[in-house]
Amino acid sequence: MARLAWLIPLFPLVSYGVLAFRGRQLGERAPYVAIGAMALSFLLAWAVFLEQVGGASPFVWRAAWAVGGDRVITVGYTVDPLSSITVAMITLVGGLIFVYSVGYMRGDPYYGRFFAFLSLFCAGMLTMVLANSFLLMLIGWEVIGLCSYLLIGFYFRRQAANMAQMKAFLTTRVGDTLMLVGIMAVFWQFGTVDYHTVFEAVRERAREASAVVRLGAWEVPWATLTALLIFGGPIGKSGQFPLHVWLPDAMEGPTPVSALIHAATMVAAGVYLVGRAYPLFFFTPHHEALAAVAWVGTLTALVAALIAVAQDDIKRILAYSTISQLGFMMAGLGVLGYTAGLFHLLTHAFFKALLFLAAGSVIHAVHTNNIKEMGGLWRSMPVTFWTFLAGFLALAGVFPFSGFWSKDEILLEAYHHNPAVYTLLTAAAFLTALYMSRLVAYAFFGRYRGPQHPEPDPWLPEDYARAGLHHFPGHGHHGGHEPHESPPVMTVPLVVLAAFALAAGFVGIPGTGPEGGSWIHHFLKFEGFKEAGIHAPSFSWLLALRSLGVAVAGIAVAWVVYGLRWVASEQIRAWVGPLYPFLRNRMYIDAAYAWVFVRGGLGLAAALRWVDVHVVDGLVNLVGWVTVLVSRLHRLFDTYVVDGLVNLVGWSTRGLGLVLRPLQTGRAYNYILVAAAGVAVLVVVSLWRL
Amino acid sequence: MIGLSHYLVVSTLLFALGLYGVLTRRNAVAILMGIELMLNAANVNFVAFTKFVDPTFVRGHVAALVVITLAACEAVVGLALVINAYRHLETVNVDQVDLMKG
Repeated sequence: MARLAWLIPLFPLVSYGVLAFRGRQLGERAPYVAIGAMALSFLLAWAVFLEQVGGASPFVWRAAWAVGGDRVITVGYTVDPLSSITVAMITLVGGLIFVYSVGYMRGDPYYGRFFAFLSLFCAGMLTMVLANSFLLMLIGWEVIGLCSYLLIGFYFRRQAANMAQMKAFLTTRVGDTLMLVGIMAVFWQFGTVDYHTVFEAVRERAREASAVVRLGAWEVPWATLTALLIFGGPIGKSGQFPLHVWLPDAMEGPTPVSALIHAATMVAAGVYLVGRAYPLFFFTPHHEALAAVAWVGTLTALVAALIAVAQDDIKRILAYSTISQLGFMMAGLGVLGYTAGLFHLLTHAFFKALLFLAAGSVIHAVHTNNIKEMGGLWRSMPVTFWTFLAGFLALAGVFPFSGFWSKDEILLEAYHHNPAVYTLLTAAAFLTALYMSRLVAYAFFGRYRGPQHPEPDPWLPEDYARAGLHHFPGHGHHGGHEPHESPPVMTVPLVVLAAFALAAGFVGIPGTGPEGGSWIHHFLKFEGFKEAGIHAPSFSWLLALRSLGVAVAGIAVAWVVYGLRWVASEQIRAWVGPLYPFLRNRMYIDAAYAWVFVRGGLGLAAALRWVDVHVVDGLVNLVGWVTVLVSRLHRLFDTYVVDGLVNLVGWSTRGLGLVLRPLQTGRAYNYILVAAAGVAVLVVVSLWRL
Repeated sequence: MIGLSHYLVVSTLLFALGLYGVLTRRNAVAILMGIELMLNAANVNFVAFTKFVDPTFVRGHVAALVVITLAACEAVVGLALVINAYRHLETVNVDQVDLMKG
């Protein structure tokens, strides 16, 4: 089966090709192509995954792609526990989101295009995961970046969507550039970008004293520098602080896109890459690259969770929650919790996709993203409510939902390897429970606060209006009414995801694997730990109870304030003073970027324009003027001197001709007369001389 | 006694008559006749100089014979031209033979 793994990314790619060229003709039937391709990928991916579960050895296929001297760049694919489980997760979540989109995007004039982009995205993501080298990974990486850009701006007539897609693309580009430099550094040092070869070489080199590179006053080991440069890509793609700003804005895209790309898979690509390139990070002196990963992750987890508490837009809250959870994963990987971080990546994909899809179902029904305009939805949307609740419990880390097991793993690793990170992550976990409970309390409980007759979206372009839509499909497609449940095509994926959100964590229960450990620890493990003598800490009831207590405390606080309203939220705002506007305005990070980079960029452009207009154009004009002046002088010379000489020759010839013309009469006897006269003169002269 | 001067006077008159004819006549045939007169004036000179200056060798006579031959050739060519001109232009008036004039 592993030999067929190359087909997994190929099916969505073919689907993309079909939809790109025939999407318009297929119209309403476009999803069948995309879902069919996804289903094939899904079956194959799970076959490969189950084979790995059954104990098949990792399989790598590679062929020479570009040969330059003794350096060979290979192309191929890797099937091992990490890539197979990730591919299985992507095809499952992706397939469900495809099905959901059938209902969510129905009636959109660009239905076929939407599924074409989604298919291309999946093809890129699967390529990136299965790649055997940094180069092929980079190709998939950039394809998903492109699809993210295209899908954020899917409603391309909305200015906000255009701004958001540009912001996303440019922000991630910062990280991608660093990563590209990192890949070059890898190639420069090892002469190859093939994972296996590079990691073996890294492991060998770790035993020697490492070479250093001098950066100003610092001496940085090459290994650390390379790892940190590579980490630039994950910082951008996985929304780590300080490049997280694009992710909340990316919510301008249709909700299935937010679920698939900006919650479950693409943003996980960065975490996956850190997991894939773990030897690069691990085999650095004192694991310092991992420490950097851990601190970036922790900071991200805490900052994003703080901001999420003060947001009102349901998708924005979930976006910040995603950033925060990605921070958890990074922190987990950073504190030597290889399995923990990747485990959280998998469970998070299920419950966050579920939360986004359920949020989409809510938005579909109430035509607003503002949780303060919702309320009491648990009665009118039971399926959405219960599935959302499952996602909420998983995210908050309540026993026995999946988030509890994976988050607990991370906290356990942090507790043993980096107590400061543990403390901060515990605080972030408390905030996670708090903001999610706030969201649930506002949206699903109390009474309905939304308008009965929402006004048509003023930004709605003509072609949408012609299709009989009053809103963008993501914002509901019917007139004002009471909120109601979404169609089965949307709720069935929710139920399936809810089941996974509940159960996916069970593979992390201690005792499910050999030697009293969990199954996931047995399946996903990093070989380098054994060499270095690092053992995974064993499950601790005390820590598990502590993290459960934190989650329950967060829920309880939120319930008191937002559910029972014993304390008015205005009262709390007054207590915290300037903290609330600080968090509500996203810690002014976006504003600072807008000020420094956007305004700075525009200012620079204006300055350069001034230089262009006044200096460069001035020089050009000066050259022009001088040329004109010189050419005028030339003209004078030409007119009076050159032409004068030419005319003089002409005139003189003409004058001479005028003088001589009468002599030539054309009558022979005249000439003879002259000749005779001449002879006579000669005779007279000769006689005279005699 | 008739000396050299008499011959020379006659030949000069003959030459002048020929020149006059060439200058004044418009008829091509008449012009040719004027040319013949001038050539004959030259012959008279040759013969006269031979007789009075260098009688031993008759080099002047030989020259005269050459001139006569030349005159015959000239007459043949000239009259052929005149006949052809007449055939094409129906005139022997040299003023009207002006096809090559611009």
